[in-house]
Amino acid sequence: MPPRHKSLVLLAGVILLQVLLLAVQIKRDSQGRLIRTWTVGAVSPFERVGSYGFGWFRNAWRNYFALRGTRKDNEDLRRENDRLKLQIAQLEGKAAETDRLAALLRFRQSQSDIPMMAARVIGGSAGPASLTIELDRGERDGIRRDMGVITPDGVVGKVSEAYANTSQVLLLTDRTSGVGAMLATSRILSPVGGVGEPLLTMKYVPNDDDVSLGERVITSGMDHIFPRDLPVGTVTEIKPGVDFKRIRVKPAANLEKLEEVLVLLTLRPLETANESDPEGAKSSSPPALNPPPVAHP
Amino acid sequence: MNRAFDLRMGESHIEVYKFRTGAIPIATLLALVIQAWLPLHFTRAALLDLPLLVVIYLGLSRRNPSTGLLLGTAVGLMQDSLSGPTVPLGLFGIAKTVIGYLASSLGARLDTEHPAARFALTAGFFIIHQAVVALTRRILLAQPEPWFTLHNFAAALVNALVAMFLFVLLDRLRRPS
Repeated sequence: MPPRHKSLVLLAGVILLQVLLLAVQIKRDSQGRLIRTWTVGAVSPFERVGSYGFGWFRNAWRNYFALRGTRKDNEDLRRENDRLKLQIAQLEGKAAETDRLAALLRFRQSQSDIPMMAARVIGGSAGPASLTIELDRGERDGIRRDMGVITPDGVVGKVSEAYANTSQVLLLTDRTSGVGAMLATSRILSPVGGVGEPLLTMKYVPNDDDVSLGERVITSGMDHIFPRDLPVGTVTEIKPGVDFKRIRVKPAANLEKLEEVLVLLTLRPLETANESDPEGAKSSSPPALNPPPVAHP
Repeated sequence: MNRAFDLRMGESHIEVYKFRTGAIPIATLLALVIQAWLPLHFTRAALLDLPLLVVIYLGLSRRNPSTGLLLGTAVGLMQDSLSGPTVPLGLFGIAKTVIGYLASSLGARLDTEHPAARFALTAGFFIIHQAVVALTRRILLAQPEPWFTLHNFAAALVNALVAMFLFVLLDRLRRPS
């Protein structure tokens, strides 16, 4: 080694030794020896490079090479997802059905003195001329013509035809249908009938009687088909007429979405268990002028 | 031991001086003692860096980089030791090691006997010395230290001026060739 290089090496060595001497003596603010700070500072770049390199390799492996089976997994998961969606829809339908049947059962238990039978709606009106539904129960199950049909929410209509295994129900909204009813608060008696529209009409309430919007309309029991105090609907519109008010009533039962109903298995006059003294009700008009239009098929 | 060596570089030749026995240690210790003692009585004497001047002189005279840097190391570490707890061992050691090496290397290439050359070289080495000290403080010790100030410039001139006379005195310690 040339003398010049030898002295340069010596210079570097001596300076390095003194730098190390400095490092051993000095403490930084963190109370760590400077040599430790320097060592960490010297090593950490390599650690960082190694960490980044490893992270890059790991990401490349995970995001590219390890994804060879992902397409098949994706297809399998999509198929399973579709199957689960269908299963959920079925379960939701069954849950809703269970809720409805439970409501029917509770209502039936609360009206245990009235013979009734649950039936499933299996069809609707064949044309717009009449508003009917078809039930999966018929004469063999004890269903007869003119029997009342209800849900826990309210009156639905009455049996218009009874066949061996099925029956047809004329909905309350049909223009030929009706039910003996009264206003729940004022106890004014008046039949409620359909006009072929979603809303019902209450025809024979004199202009002098007070009726308020939102007032509940219930069965009066005067038609000898439905027991008293079953919900019929709610007053939604009141207009003065020539002699009587023109009152529109929204049906209590959802007649457009019926799936299960209860058929009242009797043709005799009915009374509910909580029926009170019928003298509390007052007639709003002469009975001769106000026949309950329930006899129409 | 009563010899002088010649370094021939091209057509010029530069003598390598030897010193009387014990002259170098005594001069070094004396410089350190005076450096430690003088500022106590003369505040402005803090501008001087007598150990540095000794290192420069011996480096320029001996003209051996290895010897020069080792001498600078020894002087610098001793100065560090005498400078109190605020100066860590190695601060002046590194700077004077560098100066010892540079002075020896330059001394082997230039004629450093002329007073003007000594003045210029001393001023230059002083500035380099301060730069190395500042570099060490800022980079290695993370301490705030200005690179170069007017005060340093004045100190460089003062030290160079003192060196012109001090080096003449130190010349008397050389062995006659």
